[in-house]
Amino acid sequence: MASRMEVLKSAVERVLGDKVVSAKIALGELTIVCKSVNVTEAMTTLRDHPELAFEQCIDVCGMDYSTYQDQPQDGPRFAVVYHLLSLTHNTRLRVRVFAEDDDFPVVPSVVEIWNTANWFEREAFDLFGIIFEGHPDLRRILTDYGFVGHPFRKDFPLSGHVEMRYDAAQQRVIYQPVTIEPREITPRIIREENYGG
Amino acid sequence: MADIRNYTLNFGPQHPAAHGVLRLVLELDGEVVQRADPHIGLLHRGTEKLAESKTFIQSLPYMDRLDYVSMMCNEHAYCLAIEKLAGIEVPERAQYIRVMFAEITRILNHLLWIGAHSIDIGAMTMFLYAFREREDLMDCYEAVSGARLHAAYFRPGGVYRDLPDSMPQYKASKIRNAKEIARLNETRKGSMLDFIEDFTNRFPACVDDYETLLTDNRIWKQRTVGIGVVTPERAKNLGMTGPMLRGSGIAWDLRKMQPYDVYDRMEFDIPVGVTGDCYDRYLVRVEEMRQSNRIIQQCVKWLKANPGPVITDNHKFAPPSREDMKSNMEELIHHFKLFTEGMHVPEGEAYAAVEHPKGEFGIYLVSDGANKPYRLKIRAPGYAHLASLDEMSRGHMIADVVAIIGTQDVVFGEIDR
Repeated sequence: MASRMEVLKSAVERVLGDKVVSAKIALGELTIVCKSVNVTEAMTTLRDHPELAFEQCIDVCGMDYSTYQDQPQDGPRFAVVYHLLSLTHNTRLRVRVFAEDDDFPVVPSVVEIWNTANWFEREAFDLFGIIFEGHPDLRRILTDYGFVGHPFRKDFPLSGHVEMRYDAAQQRVIYQPVTIEPREITPRIIREENYGG
Repeated sequence: MADIRNYTLNFGPQHPAAHGVLRLVLELDGEVVQRADPHIGLLHRGTEKLAESKTFIQSLPYMDRLDYVSMMCNEHAYCLAIEKLAGIEVPERAQYIRVMFAEITRILNHLLWIGAHSIDIGAMTMFLYAFREREDLMDCYEAVSGARLHAAYFRPGGVYRDLPDSMPQYKASKIRNAKEIARLNETRKGSMLDFIEDFTNRFPACVDDYETLLTDNRIWKQRTVGIGVVTPERAKNLGMTGPMLRGSGIAWDLRKMQPYDVYDRMEFDIPVGVTGDCYDRYLVRVEEMRQSNRIIQQCVKWLKANPGPVITDNHKFAPPSREDMKSNMEELIHHFKLFTEGMHVPEGEAYAAVEHPKGEFGIYLVSDGANKPYRLKIRAPGYAHLASLDEMSRGHMIADVVAIIGTQDVVFGEIDR
């Protein structure tokens, strides 16, 4: 399996050339990093080149690296991770694209290349606030109508900002600030290498 | 003369044929669908966000609640992702048990689908027949895990416990007399594997029954043939997987192409459709039930002959046995650490996909070395399928939308997450 990944790695690097910022094989999976300016071109090549032929875009997901390993990060905060699948060659590829601006993350849309990305990109926009340039219909998808904020960002509290209840006096449903106290039963811990043998 | 405008119709979220909480905004020209805009998220619980604040084992039961008609398959993908990251070896017997239950789950899912799909388009009796068989398989779930639906049976490193030696039996009650109970208990005298074996022997005849009701049924064909046709090229571009892809004639099955656990030792065929319409997808799923039955038979045969451990002995990831804990200090510490702090999955990222009854169900797991996932992304097959509803239903009559929703086999637990 490892040698097959090596072959794929060299093929991807050869075909995409300098569009690949870095390529890494880990756990039998190949991950490449692309710059957001090259996304449209690189993805079209990945789909159409006969040696690669990634006909299917299995998944597009947003990432927020701001609290990775509970330490301040140097690199960009937001990334979009694409999982591609080639039915012809039976291979998978992971493409990571960092959004350059942390305050206004923008990544080109791949809806034109794989139509299935439409809803996946809407989801990443909804949950992380990543803007997909060229998306035909970038609306919220999973959260409520009129929802404020992007809930999967690491700085968004787990219990949210508002809660909803029926108000008997006004005879309608109202929103109010959350009354739940946040609590953590099992703390999040990162152990040093070889902790406890 | 007044302008003729398209009529906008709200379908759901409480429509019985919407398979849960789908709100569908249909733009109609007369009775012909011009545009379908599904509004999803009414069942959004933020599973992925919740998982980030829970230890790895605490999020496992959430997986059951994603696609709540194929519970164990969801757990399977989650366990595979953790095992891949942590490099855990799963005992052979556990792999066979997991494959067997993954296939039982596939039959459960397809039985519910065939019942719900046919009741949607007018074949009332199918539902009752399908649920008769589902009952037996649910009993297997209950016998092995204690829960009929949300099993939480698969664990990273194996399964929670070995298969039981006896099958629970019915007791006589006000509504069932002793004679009837004796008939029901006849197949439950032996072990659980005996019960499953008996089931696999009678199940093909049950599938034949379903087929006599539907396959050549004129009304069934009128409602499904030529409806929701997807060409192979479009199926690929729309990210379809599983029966939706195979219905369009692409022989792609992760169990064969990228086998996990012991699927590479199983003998089974991949059914493939020709035209890519609802009828072909129906045939594909019916044949899948027969093939799953074959796989279960092979697993039962192997499991009867090969006892062994069912969970890894790496106690950083799986709890030690009770006996060891009471005699061995180290095991006691392992137990304490595992149930207070949880397992630490090494830093890295992994994507594990299984051939879920509905398509490719994937878990993308990013760990930064903590006892909780840094990010968990659930790739639900129904999400991509429902996204293609607009394209599939354009130009069809409004009644066909129901057939297309049925053929996509959508479940909102996994779509909304």
